Amino acid sequence: MTMEKRTPAFEYAPAPESRAVVDIAPSYGLFIDGEFTEAADGKVFKTVSPSTEEVLSEVAEAGEADVDRAVKAARKAFEKWSALPGAERAKYLFRIARIIQERSRELAVLETLDNGKPIRETRDADLPLVAAHFFYYAGWADKLDHAGYGANPRPLGVAGQVIPWNFPLLMLAWKIAPALATGNTVVLKPAETTPLSALFFADICRQAGLPRGVVNIVTGDGRAGAALIAHPDVNKVAFTGSTAVGKEIARTVAGTRKKVTLELGGKGANIVFDDAPIDQAVEGIVNGIFFNQGQVCCAGSRLLVQESIHDELLDSLKRRLSTLRLGDPLDKNTDIGAINSAEQLARITALADRGEAEGAERWSPACELPESGYWFAPTLFTGVTQAHTVARDEIFGPVLSVLTFRTPDEAVAKANNTPYGLSAGIWTEKGSRILAVANKLRAGVIWSNTFNKFDPTSPFGGYKESGFGREGGRHGLEAYLDV
Amino acid sequence: MPTTAPHALSDVTASGSTLRRFLHGLPGVDAVGLEARAASLGTRSIKTTAKAYAIDLAISMVDLTTLEGADTPGKVRALGAKAVHPDPTDRTTPATAAVCVYPDMVATAKQAVAGSTVKVASVATAFPAGRAPIAVKLADVREAVAAGADEIDMVIDRGAFLAGDYLKVYDEITAVKEACGTSARLKVIFETGELSTYDNIRRASWLGMLAGADFIKTSTGKVAVNATPANTLLMLEAVRDFRAQTGVQVGVKPAGGIRTTKDAIKFLVLVNETAGEDWLDNHWFRFGASSLLNDLLMQRQKLATGRYSGPDYVTVD
Amino acid sequence: MSDRLNVLKTYKLYVGGKFPRSESGRVYEVTDAKKNWLANAPLSSRKDARDAVVAARKAFGGWAGATAYNRGQILYRVAEMLEGRRDQYVREVAEAEGLSKSKAGDQVDAAIDRWVWYAGWTDKIAQVVGGGNPVAGPFFNLSSPEPTGVVAVLAPQESSFLGLVSVVAPVIATGNTAVVVASEKSPLPALSLGEVLATSDLPGGVVNILSGRTAEIAAPLAAHQDVNAIDLAGADEALAKELEIAAADNLKRVLRPQPVDNWAATPGTDRMTAFLETKTVWHPTGSLGASGSAY
Repeated sequence: MTMEKRTPAFEYAPAPESRAVVDIAPSYGLFIDGEFTEAADGKVFKTVSPSTEEVLSEVAEAGEADVDRAVKAARKAFEKWSALPGAERAKYLFRIARIIQERSRELAVLETLDNGKPIRETRDADLPLVAAHFFYYAGWADKLDHAGYGANPRPLGVAGQVIPWNFPLLMLAWKIAPALATGNTVVLKPAETTPLSALFFADICRQAGLPRGVVNIVTGDGRAGAALIAHPDVNKVAFTGSTAVGKEIARTVAGTRKKVTLELGGKGANIVFDDAPIDQAVEGIVNGIFFNQGQVCCAGSRLLVQESIHDELLDSLKRRLSTLRLGDPLDKNTDIGAINSAEQLARITALADRGEAEGAERWSPACELPESGYWFAPTLFTGVTQAHTVARDEIFGPVLSVLTFRTPDEAVAKANNTPYGLSAGIWTEKGSRILAVANKLRAGVIWSNTFNKFDPTSPFGGYKESGFGREGGRHGLEAYLDV
Repeated sequence: MPTTAPHALSDVTASGSTLRRFLHGLPGVDAVGLEARAASLGTRSIKTTAKAYAIDLAISMVDLTTLEGADTPGKVRALGAKAVHPDPTDRTTPATAAVCVYPDMVATAKQAVAGSTVKVASVATAFPAGRAPIAVKLADVREAVAAGADEIDMVIDRGAFLAGDYLKVYDEITAVKEACGTSARLKVIFETGELSTYDNIRRASWLGMLAGADFIKTSTGKVAVNATPANTLLMLEAVRDFRAQTGVQVGVKPAGGIRTTKDAIKFLVLVNETAGEDWLDNHWFRFGASSLLNDLLMQRQKLATGRYSGPDYVTVD
Repeated sequence: MSDRLNVLKTYKLYVGGKFPRSESGRVYEVTDAKKNWLANAPLSSRKDARDAVVAARKAFGGWAGATAYNRGQILYRVAEMLEGRRDQYVREVAEAEGLSKSKAGDQVDAAIDRWVWYAGWTDKIAQVVGGGNPVAGPFFNLSSPEPTGVVAVLAPQESSFLGLVSVVAPVIATGNTAVVVASEKSPLPALSLGEVLATSDLPGGVVNILSGRTAEIAAPLAAHQDVNAIDLAGADEALAKELEIAAADNLKRVLRPQPVDNWAATPGTDRMTAFLETKTVWHPTGSLGASGSAY
């Protein structure tokens, strides 16, 4: 399975991005009402770098009392914030967007350290999208009359937002930008393994002169998130994370007047037809499942390849995988970084073992895993069918399950045969096939001859158990308006 | 016309229509995806030891070129001297792969590089436009070969290609290959800027390889759009797939528009991560360039001394 | 309290990203509300207008082809640059229109905010005026707005800066390029705007600013076969009719003059949609296969 790797002729020397650009303090408090403060009971927790297991910082752990204080601060700030002319709110958000751009390098290094993903991704994908999201929604703040929700649509009030660890700052942008643009104030709880970029964002709010209480960051674990969502004075709940927790939240808000949007898991089907542009399809498959180490809700984690080209495509795919570079996330040439936590690594490992146990054939390119940190080699399972666990359960790691189909009808049936419905990919040179298949796929985001493309103007969200509500675009405003 | 197609694909070139069906049946190219892959590989960070390796490799891959109406024996002698000893201040600098000149300059070029490893490549077949009767084009080739050219850089008939007469293009290449005999390797120039689409470049690549090209080459350097990372990436995919299907290895030469060391290194990364390290050798990969060499030399000097260099420290020719 | 003599600005046109004088070599006197001499402004000729159209056409492909996001960034940058020079423009507007410093300040603030307003429209207008159309057949049908091309803009005669910005920004936000004819009696703030545009990463030729006799330069622009649209805001009734007749020769899109009480009021979208074409594309969606689909 893993082959001896001889010394390559063209060996890329280490090309580390410098850590010096970011200054991580030994500890951080909660950001409530414009100030950093300790948790009421003084509790703290550590956040580590998943690639080395070194402790990066010690962060305050919010309890119920802290969540309550944050919601109160947001409520107090709401009156003035929502009364500001949209054009003024817009200018705050434009300031934030510009400062994010200025500090992009610093934030990219920080995100790579706290999350484990390669610097090339934080630098070229995450950070540009973060800035773009703030730019886009800044422009809506004074144009809500034109958004298609009637004249003068009003905000909801205080939004409680809980985000995951896979794209910490980007998920923060997806939540905070539209909420603020429409006149709401927020309390946001970042994931417990990736609190730092949200805390740096708080500093950016300070630099932008954002009024106190408009944005509050409460760091902590699942209990702080639950407290926030259940808080009676929160008008709007927004959650991105696992389907299991999403269902819990839906139960929690039942019977209340809280508006809720959920962006949950997926088991995206990447469908490759026999007339696909093969070299680009291979890139799309690789991007679909190995971008961000596969820790993406919309990952193309199922490859559905037309049976007639299965062998040829797999040969090309395996050849391509042997050029993937796994290692230090701060090295600019790294393609595959660390898994975010020991828990996640254990989950991926268990599911991959299950894949083997159920009879699928497992393959990885030759890959040296570093001694410390949480690492998983890119992995393919071929001979997978719908009944396999690795075809149904979201693994949230760099593991691709390969299934085959005979006809377009069958591809659609298999792609749709899942409780999830977040994303899908279609690879074919034939335009009418793209449109016919896209019409039939029950998924909220469909990529044709591309994958994992995001833009603040483009609505994102799922069907079925992948959640409901859309983020991005004009559609993304609805979640934060009283309409 | 003798069929030079390798055994595995010899039926493809049996006629104009089998050739057309084969070429039109090749997988399509998604332009956005291709360009994105090329751009992504362009973000590889090649520093220190890797950079030193790449610079020396790139120098050894340069076909140092002069193709001007104003070329004189004096100009060609200077070119040859520079190809053999690019940096008079540093004798450890590798020689370039070849010099590239018009056919009537081949004899002078041979003398200028005599005793060195530097090859003499000659353009031919009514370069750059390729618009002349076949007899004239073949005479061009024979002159160059007789004068001692080690390599012939021919242009295909783009008019015939765009009009869909693939067999005519194929026949011309095989005729030129025959005129090269055993003494000269053949590079086939597609003029990618004129072929315009990536699908056409893919088809031309396979056509050239089926006809016996030793190298496939992007461009003449005489039009607005020459070699780009994307069109070269596409050609590297073609040679990789051709060898996988037939066992025959063909080289790739991007030409024109490659001016800086940074550019050159990006191309080497493309070679490394697409066709693979078997192509990281000047027998299989070349840069058609003139001003690139001085930038490579200045970068080499910077690595050696730690100081940024300047035009006074490299020779104008 | 210094006796220092100040350096007077020589006002130039802004064409193709550069600051040329009028090719005619002519200038005319510009005075303030009290008839004091302010400056000599270029008195543009039809050849200046012709050159400006060439520059605008040359810039159109790149500007229309830029992403909406990129255009938004640049328009926001214009606002940043203008904010930095607020004092300069307050003085120029006060002198040009005979306003108090405070009133001139309101105008300039509104002009800065106007650039921010339009910066935020570049990547949204398509979502508001475009969309998929549910045709009665197996077709994918999408309508999208596209910029019309080179737009001649006669800036308002009275509101020399806020009015000017209010007619120029919506034209370029969507990807058009503009040839602007400044207010005849108060051209200086418009010519100075070129300084801000030139330092905002706006590609040369996207906006071109001419000063002179409105009727003299507007006529060749209205008749120009390579101008796609014309905004008649700065034309009086009689001139507007003449120009609309001339514009009919190549069926330019014409935006007739509308009286505006208060340029500071929030605009709608009509100044953008006036210069947008709608392209509707059909594509068959096909079916999945011969067996027919049950899904």
